[in-house]
Amino acid sequence: MCLLQAQRQAQMKQLSALISVLLLIALLTGAAYAQEPVSDDEVNAIAKHLYCPVCENTPLDVCPTQACKDWRELIRQQLSQGWTEDQIMDYFVANYGIRVLAQPPARGFTALVWILPVAGLVGGGLFLWRLLRRWQDRRPPAESVAAGEGAAPPDIEPEVLARIEQEVESRF
Amino acid sequence: MTDTTTLDGEAATDEAQPRSGAGMTIWRWLAAGLLVALLALMAWGLRTRAGGPVESGPAPDFTLTTFEGETITLSDLRGQVVIINFWASWCPPCRDEAPYLEATWRKYKDRGVVFIGVDYVDTEPNALAYIEEFDITYPNGPDIGQKIAQAYRIKGVPETFYVDKTGQLRGVHIGPLSPPILDNKIEELLAE
Repeated sequence: MCLLQAQRQAQMKQLSALISVLLLIALLTGAAYAQEPVSDDEVNAIAKHLYCPVCENTPLDVCPTQACKDWRELIRQQLSQGWTEDQIMDYFVANYGIRVLAQPPARGFTALVWILPVAGLVGGGLFLWRLLRRWQDRRPPAESVAAGEGAAPPDIEPEVLARIEQEVESRF
Repeated sequence: MTDTTTLDGEAATDEAQPRSGAGMTIWRWLAAGLLVALLALMAWGLRTRAGGPVESGPAPDFTLTTFEGETITLSDLRGQVVIINFWASWCPPCRDEAPYLEATWRKYKDRGVVFIGVDYVDTEPNALAYIEEFDITYPNGPDIGQKIAQAYRIKGVPETFYVDKTGQLRGVHIGPLSPPILDNKIEELLAE
């Protein structure tokens, strides 16, 4: 009886040791999974949509300043905490202003950044088209060019041209 | 004679197409208006960017929430000399001036002088570590959305603005402060 009890106790001990080991492994694996480092590529995928707050026109993913290193580290921390890209972008806009965005949103005052180039292209195209049409309308008919002195400008009438030639000849 | 012919020709064309002429005038005015608006916008942008920090006139008002959660509004501080210092933890020259700023604050804090530290594009953990490192005891807070920096048109950090008892800006110091620059300025403003 005592022997049986001792065996059972030994079995229980073995079982509890096994469970402890399994638990420990599970915990360590879980911790390792939770602390899996966020790669530079993941950080830079978001950082490239932001601009350095200190230097002019330098994207955050390539900027070597300490301020940008701090910001990239902040993005890394936020990603490791499970933040989405939108949440991170919203955080940066709320804390550092809309000017940190590489691409200003197409709403409100910043919509002008998107509208003006298109409007400029359309307006410029229209202007050119009208100008070309006007020039075309003003071009004299083909026969009047032929009636002129060949190389003479089409707008100059023969009498005026004759006077010019006369003047030139009298001077030389 | 040629001119007259050409002008007559144009007039005849315009008369033949009165609607087209009116339409063109409207478009011309619209295009001119758009161009003027665009140029005005560009001029405003250039002026704002090239203007440098504001140095005189009424100090732009702002409300700063400190790292401790206290709210400070500049216009509530009339009657006191206010020193506004823009800094960041990533800025080495800010580190150079930090001990002097704190020492000067401790020297003048009971004489009607207020120091406000505005933390510029910084991360909070680093800013708090900086404050602890230099044992800074005057109020400091983040410049949310860079609104204060824009209002004062700072070009970088550190920059320190002096506000007199009436709320007027009395100059700016660009770069790190060193003794006795701040003492002299405070004495000058306290004497008024």
